[in-house]
Amino acid sequence: MKILVCISHVPDTTTKVKFVDGDTKLDTNGIQWVINPWDELSLTRALELKDDASTGVKSVTVAHVGNATTEPTIRKALAIGADDAIRVNAEPADAYFAAAQLAEVVRKEQFDIIMCGIESSDYNNSAVGGMLAEFLDIPSVSAVSGLKIENGQAVITREIDGGKEIVTVPTPFVAIVQKGIAKEPRIAAMRGIMMARTKPIKLYEPVAADALTESVKFELPKPRAACKFVDPENPKELITLLQNETKLI
Amino acid sequence: MSVLVYTENWDGKFKKLSFELVSYAGKLAEMMGTTTTAVTIGEVTDDELKLLGKYGADKVICLKSENLKNLDSQLYTGAIAQVAQAEGSKVIVIANNNSGKAIAPRLSVKMKAALGSGVSQLPLNLSPFTVYKRAFSGGAFAQVVLKTDIKIIALTQNSFDIAENNKDVKIERIDVQVDAPKTVVKDVQKQAGKLLLTDAEIVVSGGRGMKSPDNWGPIVELAELLGGATACSRPVSDEGWRPHEEHTGQTGKIIAPNLYIAVGISGATQHIAGVSGSKYIVAINSDKSAPIFEVAQYGIVGDAQKVLPKLVEVVKEIKGK
Repeated sequence: MKILVCISHVPDTTTKVKFVDGDTKLDTNGIQWVINPWDELSLTRALELKDDASTGVKSVTVAHVGNATTEPTIRKALAIGADDAIRVNAEPADAYFAAAQLAEVVRKEQFDIIMCGIESSDYNNSAVGGMLAEFLDIPSVSAVSGLKIENGQAVITREIDGGKEIVTVPTPFVAIVQKGIAKEPRIAAMRGIMMARTKPIKLYEPVAADALTESVKFELPKPRAACKFVDPENPKELITLLQNETKLI
Repeated sequence: MSVLVYTENWDGKFKKLSFELVSYAGKLAEMMGTTTTAVTIGEVTDDELKLLGKYGADKVICLKSENLKNLDSQLYTGAIAQVAQAEGSKVIVIANNNSGKAIAPRLSVKMKAALGSGVSQLPLNLSPFTVYKRAFSGGAFAQVVLKTDIKIIALTQNSFDIAENNKDVKIERIDVQVDAPKTVVKDVQKQAGKLLLTDAEIVVSGGRGMKSPDNWGPIVELAELLGGATACSRPVSDEGWRPHEEHTGQTGKIIAPNLYIAVGISGATQHIAGVSGSKYIVAINSDKSAPIFEVAQYGIVGDAQKVLPKLVEVVKEIKGK
């Protein structure tokens, strides 16, 4: 069984973002780039499955759509333990474009399980996983918080309103994963970092695909009104304020 | 033409989210000078379907098939796409929730329709069709142009006010022929009757400042008194003090209640990412310099252990309990 983990390259999640060129572009100055948190958890779970011989998982590959400057992020995934990587050499114009590129990778390389994070922490579209599955006309399961392999069959936990469901789907399929898929992201050890230098990154040139959307302007959240402080000895004042000003209590 | 809105039902019932979606679709249809059609899948009574007319649906289509009992992303996408084609829909509105996220991206590819997700307002412009959406996990908003003829909008829960707009709604029931689902549900673990964190209008949330899981009594009590739900920060769920479903933040649940009360939560960027859509934030924290006070409108600097029980007493009083 072969697993593909799709990874996105995003600003560190503590970044206070700023924009340039009349608020049309992200100011990349001083930004630390990381593997998208959900993709990192997917990779961790994929590696856990590979570590367990009973699952029959033979390899874990990562795929990424991005230009050469994103290679350190791919090397990080290899250092964490992915066997090999594929980079589609293109600026991901939008989710549709990126999913079209990843679909081509899956068509050429053939995987049994494809894992995508529920969203990227930059554009928050929650789109690539589902789009990829539709391009390939294969099943997708969303809101996945658990993935096991029992007797060669993928057994998936998915979150539903007020609980969870255990579901199965035939391979190949796309698992769109969120919290719960792995406890903590696996960290690269020194040995992993050394080995990552020699692991292969296969380069794909992009296929023709449209971008269906265009981000034309960004803005920062409007500053909230300054905090009104209430005496800790007199919490009644807080409730009175909430009653009078918010009318919610 | 027409705006199509997919309204999920929960065991045959709609909820506030459904009415938000229909209200949004209705207003958008007015902007575009067209009508609103709602589509739902499953067993829903006429009376329940008519409720959607109260919020602006001109027509409601109820699809039924044995094979659509459980969510199968492929089959649901196919069924909704068929309705959209038959209705000649130019915009499809869907919730940006678990099932919406399962369907909307597939629908985008199937219909080659641009998708704007996490949208929190009506389009800023119809030509070019420009939506306003959450970006950078709440750190910014983006204006995004949807460039295709057909567009899909995934609307953030609790971002659009419901508005009554009575229509003489036409109900259409269709028995659809679909393939056997590939997604097979083996088991369901579900807690019935509990207010969902994502549906709650008031949320009381505890962080590491609560010191121990044994101190959660007043948090639960306050939430109950206010008719709200309980939440927690990531360290709390990681420690196993509270269930994972309560973790609110970037990698947990993203919520937008009317009132969010954060107790003993310092307000790390990742936590704020999950709650920045709240209309009002109240913070109770012993550290005056905690970042949570930068996003809160009301604050108490003090020991949660001491403040919270007093707060509970006051609320009991006003609620007459």
